[in-house]
Amino acid sequence: MLQETDTRRWQIEKKLSGDFVFKGLTVVFAFTILAILLLMVEEMHRESLPALAKFGWRFVTGREWDAVQSSFGALPFIWGSVISSVLALFLATPLSVGTALFITEIAPQRFGGVVSALVELLAAIPSVIYGLWGVLVMAPWLQQSVEPFLSERLGFIPVFQGTPYGVSMLAAVFILMIMVVPIITAITREVLLTVPQSQKEAAVALGATRWEMIRMTVLPYGRSGILGAVILGLGRAIGETMAVTMVIGNTPQISLSLLSPAYTMPSVIANEFAEASSKLHSSALMEIGLILLVVTLIINILARLLLWGVSRQRGRTP
Amino acid sequence: MFGKLSRLLTALTLVTAVVTAGAANAETLINGAGATFPYPLYSKWFSEYAKVDPSVKFNYQSIGSGGGIKQITAQTVDFGASDAFLSDEQLKATPGKLIHIPTVMGAVVVTYNLPGVGKGLKLKVEDVADIYLGKITKWNDPRIADDNPGIKLPNQPIIVVHRSDGSGTTNIFTDFLSGVSPEWTKKVGKGTSVKWPVGLGGKGNEGVAGQVKTTQYTIGYVELAYAFENKLPYATLKNKSGHWVEPSIKTTTAAAAAAVKHMPADYRISLVNQPGNDAYPIAGFTWLLVYEQQKNPVIGKKLVEFLNWELKKGQKMASALLYAPLPENVAKMVEKTVKSIKY
Repeated sequence: MLQETDTRRWQIEKKLSGDFVFKGLTVVFAFTILAILLLMVEEMHRESLPALAKFGWRFVTGREWDAVQSSFGALPFIWGSVISSVLALFLATPLSVGTALFITEIAPQRFGGVVSALVELLAAIPSVIYGLWGVLVMAPWLQQSVEPFLSERLGFIPVFQGTPYGVSMLAAVFILMIMVVPIITAITREVLLTVPQSQKEAAVALGATRWEMIRMTVLPYGRSGILGAVILGLGRAIGETMAVTMVIGNTPQISLSLLSPAYTMPSVIANEFAEASSKLHSSALMEIGLILLVVTLIINILARLLLWGVSRQRGRTP
Repeated sequence: MFGKLSRLLTALTLVTAVVTAGAANAETLINGAGATFPYPLYSKWFSEYAKVDPSVKFNYQSIGSGGGIKQITAQTVDFGASDAFLSDEQLKATPGKLIHIPTVMGAVVVTYNLPGVGKGLKLKVEDVADIYLGKITKWNDPRIADDNPGIKLPNQPIIVVHRSDGSGTTNIFTDFLSGVSPEWTKKVGKGTSVKWPVGLGGKGNEGVAGQVKTTQYTIGYVELAYAFENKLPYATLKNKSGHWVEPSIKTTTAAAAAAVKHMPADYRISLVNQPGNDAYPIAGFTWLLVYEQQKNPVIGKKLVEFLNWELKKGQKMASALLYAPLPENVAKMVEKTVKSIKY
């Protein structure tokens, strides 16, 4: 009897010590990530001090980027990054959600499996391959077929004005769209699979058609999860470097037209950092890195707020 | 008993001595970093030189000229390599006297995509500058058409393509444009990356060539070697002396030969727009950067031996890889410079 209590106590203690170690480890891991992030910010801040001191806020609002004259402004790059990513998500989200719905709700199980495997295959293709395909296949097609059509038929809208070059904001948006679709689709599919069968059956039992069932039970249930998937896709889009660099035309300008070339923040860093010979030039590129971090942070916060709003709303409606 | 032990000890000592000597002898590792443009030739040289002196091993990182200059300034490598010579300001930042050693020359060609027009489109250098300034905008502009009487040029806008990444190729090309057009000097200037008045940016030679190949009515610039290997059409340019010169290994070497008369002792000279009947106007040296006073005597000695080999045997391998070898009189000058390296 006594022995038995002892054993139990020993077991409990062992459990406790295991808990303690586990807790300690997770704390260490979490803080490691935090420390790496802080170190990165600190390092980038220190390296970008010369540019910060010289240009101040003018760096963020300036449109001129001239390494020879040592005059740097980041606005065209911020513009290019934000617009290309947001437009790519705008196109990719319906495509991805539609694909995920097809896989989980519409397609026969086996066929759905094939489709989702193919979509995941897209995620495994290295971005330089997308870039090469973009510049050698997609850009000429855009230049010869799509863009002339857009500028002739829809040229009265400023968004579709200008000479078709092929490499353009439009090309970057398409490449990014193709690259984020697999991520959003894969996560959305997992989210949709968690929708309780009973809810779906209840909707059907009340006489809902398949579309009504999806609209009333599946989508509302998965709403916050789908939004999370979109945020992850945005992270990928805004940081994508190689493929975008190859198709966007690398021209630091702010143009409303999707047909004109543009430039993004990761692209200018990748392009110019290796050969940035003056101190101010490399410091300006470091500051671009810092701004990229801040822009990503702002977008993430906005997305969190949206997510929070959506889930609160869902909580209110029974 | 003692005899045996002492004999064993002697044997052990001998073995140790041999092993130590072997280690000291085994390999001298020489680290270098810099320009990507001469990398194919340098790696050929290093592997050929391994047959001449197996005790030396080279480790060359082709991280770009800017990186090469940074690393040799910080003394993290034994030699640097660059397609652009150091400015006086950059030289001041180095801890010792840094010597420029020209190894070979490269050229930049103007390539284009005009359906039905092969290689050999004739362009005056001033016209190239005006195209890149955005002042000549149509292919059938009389300034281009007058030089090409046999060719029917289309009434199409010229799509200008340039490098988007910082590069020595851009440095040579913008240096050339600055020499041709005062307006270019004033508006843009020269550098590894500049503020282009017009055009699209492609990443690397392959990025520019890709856009030119796949897009009609484009014009771009790439390294001579890259254009030859990929069979891109290239323009014949009218140089400063008024002669039409086709880009080739021979005309590139001719540009350096024309510059011999005013070659500075530190070889910091641009070879663009040299006079001469067959001097191609967009050419330039690529340099190795070595400290005059070597810190490590073993590495210093091996490095000098390699440089001497490169100036004699190595030069002969250049043309096969589409690099222009140094003219003989320049090679003679460089040999003397190499002798000044102390270790």
